[in-house]
Amino acid sequence: MSSAKSAATATASSAHSVVEPSPTSKRVAGAIVILYALITLVPLVWIFLTSIKSPPDSISYPPKILFTPSLEGYCNLFTTRTRQTPDYIAALPPPSGVCDAVTRERNMVIAGASNFLPRFANSLIIAFGSTFLAVSLGTLAAYGFSRFKVPLADDLLFFILSTRMMPPIAVAIPIYLMYRQLGLSDTALGMMLLYTAVNVSLAVWLLKGFIDEIPREYEEAAMIDGYTRLQAFFKVVLPQATTGIAATAIFCLIFAWNEYAFASLLTSGSAQTAPPFIPTIIGEGGQDWPAVAAGTTIFLVPILVFTILLRKQLLRGITFGAVRK
Amino acid sequence: MTASHDTFSEKMADAAIRATPEPLAVRVRGLSDRAIAWLFIAPTIVLLLAINIFPLFWAIYLSFTNFRANRPNAVVQNVGLGNYSRILNDPDIWASMQTTAHFVFWTIVLQTLIGFALAYLIDRKFRGHAFWTTLILIPMMLSPAVVGNFWRFLYEPQIGLFAYAVSFVSGIPTSDIQMLGNVHLAPWAIIIVDTWMWTPYVMLICLAGLRSIPDYIYEAAEVDRASPWRQFWSITVPMALPFIMLAVLFRGIENFKMFDMVNLLTGGGPGSTTEVASIALKRDAFEAWATGRSSAFAIVLFVAVFGLANIYVKALNKVKQR
Amino acid sequence: MLKTWRPLLGAAVVCGSLGGALAVPQAAQAEQLTLCWAAWDPANALVELSKDFTAKTKIDMKFEFVPWTSYADRFLNELNSQGKLCDLIIGDSQWVGGSAENGHYVKLNDFFAKEGIKMDDFVPATVVGYSEWPKNTPNYWALPAMGDVVGWTYRKDWFEKPELQKEFKAKYGWDLAAPKTYDQLKQIAEFFQKRQIDGKTVYGASIYTERGSEGITMGVTNVLYDWGFMYENPKKPYEMQGYVNSPDAVKGLEFYKSLYDCCTPPGASNVYMVESADAFKSGQVAMQMNFAFTWPGLYKDEKVGGNRIGFFPNPAEKYHFAQLGGQGISVVSYSDKKGAALQYIKWFAQPDVQAKWWQLGGFSCLKAVVDAPGFKTSQPYAPAFLESMAIVKDFWAEPSYAELLQAMQKRVHDYVIAGKGTAKEALDGLVKDWTEVFKDDGKI
Repeated sequence: MSSAKSAATATASSAHSVVEPSPTSKRVAGAIVILYALITLVPLVWIFLTSIKSPPDSISYPPKILFTPSLEGYCNLFTTRTRQTPDYIAALPPPSGVCDAVTRERNMVIAGASNFLPRFANSLIIAFGSTFLAVSLGTLAAYGFSRFKVPLADDLLFFILSTRMMPPIAVAIPIYLMYRQLGLSDTALGMMLLYTAVNVSLAVWLLKGFIDEIPREYEEAAMIDGYTRLQAFFKVVLPQATTGIAATAIFCLIFAWNEYAFASLLTSGSAQTAPPFIPTIIGEGGQDWPAVAAGTTIFLVPILVFTILLRKQLLRGITFGAVRK
Repeated sequence: MTASHDTFSEKMADAAIRATPEPLAVRVRGLSDRAIAWLFIAPTIVLLLAINIFPLFWAIYLSFTNFRANRPNAVVQNVGLGNYSRILNDPDIWASMQTTAHFVFWTIVLQTLIGFALAYLIDRKFRGHAFWTTLILIPMMLSPAVVGNFWRFLYEPQIGLFAYAVSFVSGIPTSDIQMLGNVHLAPWAIIIVDTWMWTPYVMLICLAGLRSIPDYIYEAAEVDRASPWRQFWSITVPMALPFIMLAVLFRGIENFKMFDMVNLLTGGGPGSTTEVASIALKRDAFEAWATGRSSAFAIVLFVAVFGLANIYVKALNKVKQR
Repeated sequence: MLKTWRPLLGAAVVCGSLGGALAVPQAAQAEQLTLCWAAWDPANALVELSKDFTAKTKIDMKFEFVPWTSYADRFLNELNSQGKLCDLIIGDSQWVGGSAENGHYVKLNDFFAKEGIKMDDFVPATVVGYSEWPKNTPNYWALPAMGDVVGWTYRKDWFEKPELQKEFKAKYGWDLAAPKTYDQLKQIAEFFQKRQIDGKTVYGASIYTERGSEGITMGVTNVLYDWGFMYENPKKPYEMQGYVNSPDAVKGLEFYKSLYDCCTPPGASNVYMVESADAFKSGQVAMQMNFAFTWPGLYKDEKVGGNRIGFFPNPAEKYHFAQLGGQGISVVSYSDKKGAALQYIKWFAQPDVQAKWWQLGGFSCLKAVVDAPGFKTSQPYAPAFLESMAIVKDFWAEPSYAELLQAMQKRVHDYVIAGKGTAKEALDGLVKDWTEVFKDDGKI
């Protein structure tokens, strides 16, 4: 692979390579790709725009592209409100914040905090907790498979991979019964264990690839130097594998962050994460689209950042290491 | 670590020179390699046994019973193969399989065509291609549930952006563009969203495929005066084929399991026109609470994915060997 | 050795502490109750009402409200998983059979006897519908909390436009007013369909068409009852052939489809309570089928409320019925705070609390409230509500209600919305599905 790459750079540097596309074809290709990229981004831009619209603007026909931005969506996302009579509202002390004022304009008062923050916190705890577990277990197992002759290694590895082929709903049926028996239904611990089990297969596969690339000679040298195998693992292999571990961690995190099927079936309140919660945000009569869009925006931002940071490792992660760049 | 750095790197060089596969005498202190190997692997295996394999066997057992998770007091009876024969003879289940097949087939076709075309264009390496590639990748990283839910809004015939855009281009009144309500359009509504989300994925794998083709092959073809058209069909496509097939495999498995996006977008409707297998399974298992029967359905699905994937991998290996 | 275990120990510690951190806030505050219900206007009214309870008892109330389309899914799942999320639950009327038989709800007979709460004080239809299992026996699993029934609202201001009245009379030969029969309703809907009013295209009627939960069933049964649909042979339980799919029932279903085809707004293929209310609020439709709970909110609406809105009970045809909605409040048997939960029910059953409940927008089931002399005039929708509650009929409340409902959702949606097959085939199929469910249950 790397030899092909260097060959490519070599030819690219020679002035008029036969393989180098002509300027016209480049320009046409660029135009089409940019057009595709712009179209594909429209829904995402629309999510953001909807989040800063007022509810009437969000459902106006034809769809409004120019509008006065409003914080109502974000206010509604974080609060619950009750409708009151104008007299009641007029009697209240002056509004204490932006959201308070916005809400009163709709003849409503803020009744309390919504469930969005706790659900978002659940998402953070479960996603990061399971990622930490999956990567820790995965690193150990990957090292084991990479360095030692494990009996039936191929079968075990295939077994680990195949656990990802089961439809989540099919897995959820027995897990539901098991968790009910163990008292793990609707607990963060239960969800973390489940996501860890799902993610560990990805982690083992990816990390085995990364660890395979670290020359054995490094550890062997360290061991000749008097390190035990364990010390060599912690002091030589782990530092070398940092990039791989980080990339794997982010992929595990993205799965756990985005997961919906298990979360919607196995949690109901205490441990519910944001994906099953966001679609249930409704306003007074009908889905409160600006609030839904606000929740969606807040939920998507971390992943957007990761995508940009991660673009180089993306391929390896999403193909289980089957394709390496 | 830094203190021993010099001697360490010396030893490393030393080891590199003697890069014989001779096993080192490592049992100086600490645990034996064998013990470490098991110590490292066991936790993962134990977790998978507890959360994947044990439940799988439980599901297999349940699939031969009439157990219902919402009737703790009812007597559980063994019904033999009853659940299986009922599932395999149920026209609704076959209809959901057909819906799934339609969905998987068309998403793969569209995503492969568009994804490959995009990869081919990006491989022209126009200025700024890296930047635009990153932008294109964004949809596939997002939560299908959360984004699928928002597409419901985009598809609204009266207020949605999609209907408005289509009507703007085609002149059809927006009230006639009922993507989610019309029996003929709804299956395409879910295909469009899936294609929007996952084309970048196929594109990325195809791009890796295209970049794996060494330039000298093209140069040789140029010397032989092969037309660009011929080069495309006799070099580019065959050499990228293993990659394309891999993308098809991954997308096929994922979409066979499809639940979240479709569940939020159409919930299987209108009628049962978009009721893919996972949604049918969810209804049976978690709404009707026919746990035994739905376990049998789950096993059938699992065997189907597994079997199809294995056959496909064999084909893939054949292509790779060529 | 220790080092090997370090990451695992670390993981275990992190896990444990996270789990602990999540469990603590619930365990630490014993004096907090969680009430589970649907996310809708009455729930907000209940939040308001419950402030008095907290003020009196110092018990904090937490609420878990879920939209109707996922309400049954989520909370039946929660009950079946024996979860402790809800201490109190306002569960749908049809859940009572399953929840009683599977031990999800605490039986309230002893508690009622001890506290002097008499079921005779509540509207009989609501006691049967929300509290009893088996039906018509004195076994109580809930206190009637929210009376509800499917009825209709209409745009009084449009109906009163002289030019429209004249045109209507000329076309149909009778005065444009709230319909008494479904034939009249359809004529009105046809009359308004795609008409221009105040520069906007409007449509005839909004009816239930939702697929995912119970929407279309609640709409269809509402019509089918009037045509003569019956769940079973009144003399022979579970005999459905010729009752569920009687020629009259088939005609009723055909009527529902014709109403959907001719007179609903575009894109109305997945409409339930909120969507229907939305269609009415946004001024899209002349009439709207919906549960009565939406009425207080719509009456208060700035654009369509006040003297622009009128209410009428479900029209008659051969018979005159209306689909029952509404719920009773129950104590979840898996809760650790059953005592406090019962205290809430005791507080809620008091006549003055019930009276305030009605004022705030809840529909009280207490006779003392609904039979009070001023009740009929207390709100403009009170007469339609009372009339409707007198003609209610409910869906199966059997323990296997979810399966029965699912079958009906599918059969009916496939026919009405997707246009698959005929009405006869849909109802024949339904008989087949239901027979299978009852056979599995060992009831036939």
